[in-house]
Amino acid sequence: MLSDRPSALLKISAMAGLLFLHLPILLIFLYAFTTEERTYAFPPPGLTTEWFAAAWARPDIWEALSLSLRVAFIATLLAMILGTLVSAAMSRAKFFGREQISLLILLPIALPGVITGISLRSAFGIMDIPFSTLTIILGHATFCIVIVYNNAVARFRRLSGGVMEASADLGANAFQTFWHILLPNLGTALLAGGMLAFALSFDEVIVTTFTAGQQATLPIWMLEELIRPRQRPVTNVVAMVVFGATVLPILLAYYLTRNGSETAGAGK
Amino acid sequence: MTAAVEFACVSRHFGPVTAPIKAVDGVDLTIAEGAFFAMLGPSGSGKTTCLRLISGFETPTSGQIRIFGQDVSQTPPHLRNVNTVFQDYALFPHMNVRDNVAYGLMVKGMGRAARYGRADEMLSLVKLDEYGDRKPGQLSGGQRQRVALARALVNEPRVLLLDEPLGALDLKLREAMQDELKALQKRLGITFVFVTHDQHEALSMADSLAVFNDGRIAQIGTPEQIYAQPRTRFVADFVGSSNVLPPAMTAALGGPAKWASLRPESMYLSASGPISGTVTALRYLGSGTRVVLRVGEADVAALVPTGAPVPQIGSASAFAFAPGALHVMEGE
Ligand SMILES: Nc1ncnc2c1ncn2[C@@H]1O[C@H](COP(=O)(O)OP(=O)(O)OP(=O)(O)O)[C@@H](O)[C@H]1O
Ligand SMILES: [Mg+2]
Repeated sequence: MLSDRPSALLKISAMAGLLFLHLPILLIFLYAFTTEERTYAFPPPGLTTEWFAAAWARPDIWEALSLSLRVAFIATLLAMILGTLVSAAMSRAKFFGREQISLLILLPIALPGVITGISLRSAFGIMDIPFSTLTIILGHATFCIVIVYNNAVARFRRLSGGVMEASADLGANAFQTFWHILLPNLGTALLAGGMLAFALSFDEVIVTTFTAGQQATLPIWMLEELIRPRQRPVTNVVAMVVFGATVLPILLAYYLTRNGSETAGAGK
Repeated sequence: MTAAVEFACVSRHFGPVTAPIKAVDGVDLTIAEGAFFAMLGPSGSGKTTCLRLISGFETPTSGQIRIFGQDVSQTPPHLRNVNTVFQDYALFPHMNVRDNVAYGLMVKGMGRAARYGRADEMLSLVKLDEYGDRKPGQLSGGQRQRVALARALVNEPRVLLLDEPLGALDLKLREAMQDELKALQKRLGITFVFVTHDQHEALSMADSLAVFNDGRIAQIGTPEQIYAQPRTRFVADFVGSSNVLPPAMTAALGGPAKWASLRPESMYLSASGPISGTVTALRYLGSGTRVVLRVGEADVAALVPTGAPVPQIGSASAFAFAPGALHVMEGE
């Protein structure tokens, strides 16, 4: 008879796998507190919190952080508006070429970042658009839309057309149906999509490299910083910030959609 | 008295004009106010499309629909004083039962206290007093069905449309709900338009019923008329387990050379015929035994009440029928 209990070997290898995945993250946190500035010697010769103050005092970090936040925020907003509209159109209307358009919408996420990056770069070049915050935002919006669209389309599909007809049948006009039926059901999906999009945009490197001019977003700043052996632990401090800014929204998005799927599925 | 719902040569075609799908095709229909009207027909015969034409989710390709004498071709669904109990109930999953029921009043702008009061009244009407705070997902199929009913009735519609509302329920619950629905309709005096593909349900509940076939009405009348005097072979076949006799046989039995129907329960064993053949199958039904007789090319079924002698399979047997039981059909 097969035992339900995993074998010791399986347990150990699972543990090892998890450690391999997550130890480096812990190390990053650890080296944010090291007293050694040039090499990442293990174990750290001493612990200090001075790098937090150092990071705080660096204007280039603030600049990069503010740019990253601005880009992520606006790209997400754009994606939420456009993604919702597209998903509404796709799930309600049937028209010629619908499948093809749906594929086109999904393509940016499947395409390698370099391709998206190069094509956007040459497009901006042809159109004489100077590289700026705007071009970064546009680049990020291409894949942010897909995230929002995917979340919203899945929810639309679960939300049977029946409930919207039921709403109209009971005397609700189009706006009331949108407000009382569609939005509450779509809300968590949109929020989750928005958060994922935000996290993706916040740590995006490849497309950003192609679409940014002289500006550096936070991940790009980190990449540059790693090459220079100066105040290395400051990078680790920033890495912790990036970690927080991306992991938290993703976790939140996960919990939101999980609960959402429960309530939506229960209505069936 | 004006009719509750009238169809004047209404058609609803889908697809290309050159080769349309005729979901509803030239239907004339009058549903009296306060009636329990059933639409009966096989799958795909256009029943749901007819309901959607009344509720306004479909517009006729041609013809005119009147509700209480008023042409509704320009009236969108939310402005029609007609409510629907949907086949899959379509309850709002994110609202509790009370909010579901109160929804129709909320969108009309009624205050919270007043609409909750009305909602609770409706819930007690469908015997769900205790369930106001639950989510639809926490209810059984039968309970959801009642919530859908309460939600549709809260607006006090003059016409209630029910699209196979009992289809998802088990037999016992189904029978209980049939009685409840019928009683409710009598009490409220609302016109019910009830779609089903279950002939027993239609015959036992309706004051009058329409049999649909391929988007057209095959026959319209009271359950007694439909059952005893089917107009076409299709109706006879679909509505009851009746014998459909070919013209030659009708003629041989003393009628005109036309298709006829003959109810199994109107036949009795009689040595002198006129219907004689070989017994090919017996089916015990509790109250009687269904005897299938091979007569030439045709099969004829007869119902022998329990207690009477039953012929053996393979034996030759002869049946007679009550005078007037042979119904000659006008249509094909
Ligand atoms: N939107 C539509 N587009 C194309 N064809 C349709 C549409 N709606 C219905 N039909 C067709 O019209 C015919 C009648 O459909 P309808 O839903 O009215 O049948 P029904 O009598 O309700 O059947 P059931 O008992 O299975 O519910 C079917 O052949 C169906 O395929
Ligand atoms: Mg139907």
